[in-house]
Amino acid sequence: MERIPILKMGDYLLVTIQVDMHDRLALTLQDDLTEGIAKTRARGVLIDISSLEIVDSFIGRMLGNIAAMSRVLDAETVVVGMRPAVAITLVELGLSLPGVRTALNVEKGMSLLQAASAEQENVNGRGER
Amino acid sequence: MAVVKDETMTIKSSEDVVRVRQLAREWAVAQGLSLVDQTKIVTAASELARNTLDHGGGGTARLEALNSEARRGLRLTFEDHGPGIPDIELALKDGYTTGGGLGLGLSGAKRLSNEFEIFSRVGEGTRVTITRWK
Repeated sequence: MERIPILKMGDYLLVTIQVDMHDRLALTLQDDLTEGIAKTRARGVLIDISSLEIVDSFIGRMLGNIAAMSRVLDAETVVVGMRPAVAITLVELGLSLPGVRTALNVEKGMSLLQAASAEQENVNGRGER
Repeated sequence: MAVVKDETMTIKSSEDVVRVRQLAREWAVAQGLSLVDQTKIVTAASELARNTLDHGGGGTARLEALNSEARRGLRLTFEDHGPGIPDIELALKDGYTTGGGLGLGLSGAKRLSNEFEIFSRVGEGTRVTITRWK
Protein backbone atom coordinates (compact mmCIF):
# COMPACT_ATOMS: atom_id res chain seq x y z
CA MET A 1 0.00 0.00 0.00
CA GLU A 2 1.10 3.53 -0.79
CA ARG A 3 2.46 5.36 2.28
CA ILE A 4 4.25 8.55 3.19
CA PRO A 5 7.51 7.72 5.01
CA ILE A 6 7.97 8.84 8.60
CA LEU A 7 11.57 9.32 9.78
CA LYS A 8 12.66 9.20 13.39
CA MET A 9 15.41 11.54 14.47
CA GLY A 10 16.19 11.48 18.17
CA ASP A 11 13.02 12.36 20.05
CA TYR A 12 11.24 13.62 16.95
CA LEU A 13 9.34 12.27 13.99
CA LEU A 14 9.85 13.93 10.62
CA VAL A 15 7.52 13.82 7.66
CA THR A 16 8.09 15.42 4.28
CA ILE A 17 5.01 15.35 2.10
CA GLN A 18 6.28 15.28 -1.46
CA VAL A 19 3.32 13.92 -3.37
CA ASP A 20 -0.09 15.28 -4.23
CA MET A 21 -2.00 13.26 -1.62
CA HIS A 22 -5.37 11.78 -2.31
CA ASP A 23 -7.72 11.69 0.67
CA ARG A 24 -7.09 8.10 1.71
CA LEU A 25 -3.35 8.64 1.69
CA ALA A 26 -3.81 11.65 3.99
CA LEU A 27 -5.88 9.56 6.40
CA THR A 28 -3.24 6.80 6.36
CA LEU A 29 -0.57 9.35 7.24
CA GLN A 30 -2.71 10.62 10.11
CA ASP A 31 -3.07 7.09 11.51
CA ASP A 32 0.59 6.17 10.94
CA LEU A 33 1.78 9.30 12.71
CA THR A 34 -0.48 8.81 15.70
CA GLU A 35 0.70 5.23 16.05
CA GLY A 36 4.29 6.31 15.49
CA ILE A 37 4.14 8.86 18.31
CA ALA A 38 2.85 6.27 20.75
CA LYS A 39 5.31 3.60 19.64
CA THR A 40 8.47 5.73 19.59
CA ARG A 41 7.43 8.00 22.48
CA ALA A 42 8.30 10.93 20.29
CA ARG A 43 8.26 14.38 21.89
CA GLY A 44 7.53 16.17 18.67
CA VAL A 45 6.40 15.87 15.07
CA LEU A 46 7.66 18.03 12.24
CA ILE A 47 5.67 18.06 9.00
CA ASP A 48 7.31 19.68 6.00
CA ILE A 49 4.71 20.81 3.43
CA SER A 50 7.05 22.91 1.27
CA SER A 51 6.34 20.66 -1.72
CA LEU A 52 2.57 21.00 -1.42
CA GLU A 53 1.05 23.20 -4.12
CA ILE A 54 -2.29 23.41 -2.37
CA VAL A 55 -3.76 22.76 1.06
CA ASP A 56 -7.50 22.28 0.82
CA SER A 57 -9.98 21.79 3.65
CA PHE A 58 -9.31 18.06 3.79
CA ILE A 59 -5.55 18.41 4.18
CA GLY A 60 -6.14 21.31 6.57
CA ARG A 61 -8.34 19.11 8.70
CA MET A 62 -5.71 16.35 8.62
CA LEU A 63 -3.04 18.78 9.88
CA GLY A 64 -5.37 19.94 12.67
CA ASN A 65 -6.16 16.34 13.62
CA ILE A 66 -2.50 15.37 13.75
CA ALA A 67 -1.73 18.37 15.96
CA ALA A 68 -4.62 17.55 18.30
CA MET A 69 -3.83 13.84 18.54
CA SER A 70 -0.14 14.41 19.14
CA ARG A 71 -0.98 16.90 21.88
CA VAL A 72 -3.10 14.29 23.61
CA LEU A 73 -0.12 11.94 23.34
CA ASP A 74 2.15 14.57 24.90
CA ALA A 75 3.97 15.56 21.71
CA GLU A 76 4.15 18.89 19.87
CA THR A 77 3.46 19.25 16.16
CA VAL A 78 4.98 21.89 13.92
CA VAL A 79 4.03 22.36 10.28
CA VAL A 80 6.79 24.00 8.26
CA GLY A 81 7.44 25.40 4.80
CA MET A 82 3.98 26.51 3.73
CA ARG A 83 4.22 28.39 0.44
CA PRO A 84 2.94 31.99 0.52
CA ALA A 85 0.33 31.34 -2.21
CA VAL A 86 -0.95 28.39 -0.18
CA ALA A 87 -1.20 30.54 2.96
CA ILE A 88 -3.16 33.25 1.10
CA THR A 89 -5.54 30.67 -0.34
CA LEU A 90 -6.00 28.84 2.94
CA VAL A 91 -7.11 31.98 4.76
CA GLU A 92 -9.50 32.92 1.96
CA LEU A 93 -10.88 29.40 2.02
CA GLY A 94 -11.74 30.05 5.66
CA LEU A 95 -9.10 27.90 7.34
CA SER A 96 -6.66 29.41 9.77
CA LEU A 97 -5.40 26.07 11.16
CA PRO A 98 -6.25 26.72 14.79
CA GLY A 99 -4.11 24.72 17.18
CA VAL A 100 -1.43 24.04 14.58
CA ARG A 101 2.00 25.53 15.23
CA THR A 102 3.85 26.64 12.15
CA ALA A 103 7.38 27.71 11.28
CA LEU A 104 8.91 29.06 8.10
CA ASN A 105 11.35 26.22 7.51
CA VAL A 106 12.65 22.93 8.88
CA GLU A 107 15.42 24.58 10.88
CA LYS A 108 13.08 26.99 12.65
CA GLY A 109 10.54 24.25 13.20
CA MET A 110 13.17 22.06 14.79
CA SER A 111 14.26 24.75 17.21
CA LEU A 112 10.62 25.34 18.11
CA LEU A 113 10.23 21.64 18.97
CA GLN A 114 13.47 21.58 20.93
CA ALA A 115 12.46 24.66 22.89
CA ALA A 116 9.07 23.12 23.65
CA SER A 117 10.57 19.88 24.97
CA ALA A 118 13.21 21.76 26.99
CA GLU A 119 10.48 23.82 28.59
CA GLN A 120 8.48 20.72 29.41
CA GLU A 121 11.52 19.10 31.02
CA ASN A 122 11.98 22.15 33.22
CA VAL A 123 8.40 21.96 34.37
CA ASN A 124 8.21 18.21 34.93
CA GLY A 125 11.77 17.09 35.27
CA ARG A 126 12.54 14.51 32.64
CA GLY A 127 10.15 11.60 33.22
CA GLU A 128 10.88 8.03 32.30
CA ARG A 129 10.23 8.74 28.63
CA MET B 1 -15.77 35.27 -25.37
CA ALA B 2 -14.78 31.93 -26.78
CA VAL B 3 -14.09 28.54 -25.34
CA VAL B 4 -10.77 27.67 -26.97
CA LYS B 5 -10.31 24.27 -25.42
CA ASP B 6 -12.33 21.93 -23.26
CA GLU B 7 -12.08 18.54 -21.64
CA THR B 8 -14.36 16.46 -19.44
CA MET B 9 -13.05 14.10 -16.78
CA THR B 10 -14.81 11.44 -14.76
CA ILE B 11 -14.73 11.63 -10.97
CA LYS B 12 -15.31 8.32 -9.28
CA SER B 13 -12.40 7.89 -6.87
CA SER B 14 -10.16 10.06 -4.71
CA GLU B 15 -7.38 9.52 -7.27
CA ASP B 16 -9.65 11.22 -9.81
CA VAL B 17 -9.87 14.24 -7.48
CA VAL B 18 -6.06 14.45 -7.63
CA ARG B 19 -6.16 14.19 -11.44
CA VAL B 20 -8.71 17.04 -11.63
CA ARG B 21 -6.42 19.21 -9.45
CA GLN B 22 -3.43 18.44 -11.65
CA LEU B 23 -5.20 19.17 -14.93
CA ALA B 24 -6.74 22.36 -13.50
CA ARG B 25 -3.24 23.48 -12.51
CA GLU B 26 -1.88 22.75 -15.99
CA TRP B 27 -4.65 24.73 -17.64
CA ALA B 28 -4.42 27.60 -15.16
CA VAL B 29 -0.72 27.91 -15.98
CA ALA B 30 -1.43 27.75 -19.72
CA GLN B 31 -4.05 30.50 -19.35
CA GLY B 32 -1.45 32.72 -17.70
CA LEU B 33 -3.03 32.95 -14.24
CA SER B 34 -0.73 34.22 -11.49
CA LEU B 35 0.63 31.75 -8.96
CA VAL B 36 -1.86 32.89 -6.30
CA ASP B 37 -4.78 32.67 -8.74
CA GLN B 38 -3.63 29.22 -9.88
CA THR B 39 -3.51 28.10 -6.26
CA LYS B 40 -6.98 29.52 -5.60
CA ILE B 41 -8.71 27.83 -8.51
CA VAL B 42 -6.90 24.52 -7.98
CA THR B 43 -7.91 24.56 -4.31
CA ALA B 44 -11.52 25.37 -5.26
CA ALA B 45 -11.41 22.55 -7.84
CA SER B 46 -10.23 20.15 -5.15
CA GLU B 47 -13.11 21.09 -2.84
CA LEU B 48 -15.74 20.80 -5.57
CA ALA B 49 -14.35 17.56 -7.02
CA ARG B 50 -14.45 16.06 -3.52
CA ASN B 51 -18.07 17.22 -3.11
CA THR B 52 -18.95 15.59 -6.44
CA LEU B 53 -17.41 12.35 -5.21
CA ASP B 54 -18.56 12.33 -1.58
CA HIS B 55 -22.00 13.94 -1.82
CA GLY B 56 -22.92 13.34 -5.45
CA GLY B 57 -21.68 9.76 -5.60
CA GLY B 58 -19.31 10.65 -8.43
CA GLY B 59 -19.77 12.66 -11.60
CA THR B 60 -17.79 14.78 -14.02
CA ALA B 61 -15.50 17.78 -14.11
CA ARG B 62 -15.43 19.88 -17.25
CA LEU B 63 -12.54 22.27 -17.87
CA GLU B 64 -12.85 25.15 -20.31
CA ALA B 65 -10.15 27.58 -21.33
CA LEU B 66 -11.78 30.95 -22.04
CA ASN B 67 -10.31 33.64 -24.26
CA SER B 68 -11.75 36.98 -25.19
CA GLU B 69 -10.08 40.09 -26.49
CA ALA B 70 -10.02 41.55 -23.03
CA ARG B 71 -9.11 38.61 -20.85
CA ARG B 72 -8.36 34.95 -20.40
CA GLY B 73 -9.71 32.60 -17.81
CA LEU B 74 -10.49 29.10 -16.71
CA ARG B 75 -13.99 27.77 -16.13
CA LEU B 76 -14.66 24.54 -14.27
CA THR B 77 -18.00 22.76 -14.07
CA PHE B 78 -18.70 19.94 -11.64
CA GLU B 79 -21.79 17.86 -12.22
CA ASP B 80 -23.32 14.88 -10.49
CA HIS B 81 -26.60 12.99 -10.52
CA GLY B 82 -26.64 12.51 -6.77
CA PRO B 83 -29.32 13.40 -4.22
CA GLY B 84 -29.13 17.17 -4.83
CA ILE B 85 -29.03 19.93 -2.22
CA PRO B 86 -32.37 20.77 -0.57
CA ASP B 87 -31.29 24.14 0.84
CA ILE B 88 -28.53 25.80 -1.18
CA GLU B 89 -28.38 28.86 1.05
CA LEU B 90 -27.73 26.66 4.06
CA ALA B 91 -25.18 24.55 2.14
CA LEU B 92 -23.28 27.75 1.31
CA LYS B 93 -22.90 28.71 4.97
CA ASP B 94 -19.46 28.34 6.49
CA GLY B 95 -19.32 25.39 8.81
CA TYR B 96 -22.48 23.71 7.59
CA THR B 97 -21.76 20.08 6.76
CA THR B 98 -23.60 16.84 6.21
CA GLY B 99 -20.46 14.87 5.41
CA GLY B 100 -18.48 15.19 8.61
CA GLY B 101 -16.02 17.64 7.05
CA LEU B 102 -15.34 21.23 8.01
CA GLY B 103 -18.20 22.62 5.94
CA LEU B 104 -15.90 24.93 4.00
CA GLY B 105 -15.94 23.19 0.64
CA LEU B 106 -18.76 25.00 -1.13
CA SER B 107 -18.48 28.36 0.61
CA GLY B 108 -14.69 28.30 0.32
CA ALA B 109 -14.79 27.45 -3.39
CA LYS B 110 -17.13 30.40 -3.90
CA ARG B 111 -14.74 32.78 -2.15
CA LEU B 112 -11.81 31.49 -4.19
CA SER B 113 -13.52 32.12 -7.53
CA ASN B 114 -14.39 35.27 -9.49
CA GLU B 115 -17.67 33.76 -10.66
CA PHE B 116 -19.71 31.06 -8.98
CA GLU B 117 -22.93 29.41 -10.06
CA ILE B 118 -24.80 26.54 -8.46
CA PHE B 119 -27.80 24.63 -9.70
CA SER B 120 -29.27 21.76 -7.75
CA ARG B 121 -32.50 19.85 -7.70
CA VAL B 122 -33.37 17.26 -5.08
CA GLY B 123 -33.33 13.78 -6.57
CA GLU B 124 -31.68 14.94 -9.78
CA GLY B 125 -28.23 16.24 -8.94
CA THR B 126 -26.01 19.27 -8.62
CA ARG B 127 -23.99 21.40 -11.00
CA VAL B 128 -21.44 23.95 -9.80
CA THR B 129 -19.57 26.25 -12.17
CA ILE B 130 -16.65 28.46 -11.16
CA THR B 131 -14.50 30.83 -13.18
CA ARG B 132 -11.23 32.50 -12.42
CA TRP B 133 -10.02 35.30 -14.69
CA LYS B 134 -6.50 36.37 -15.34
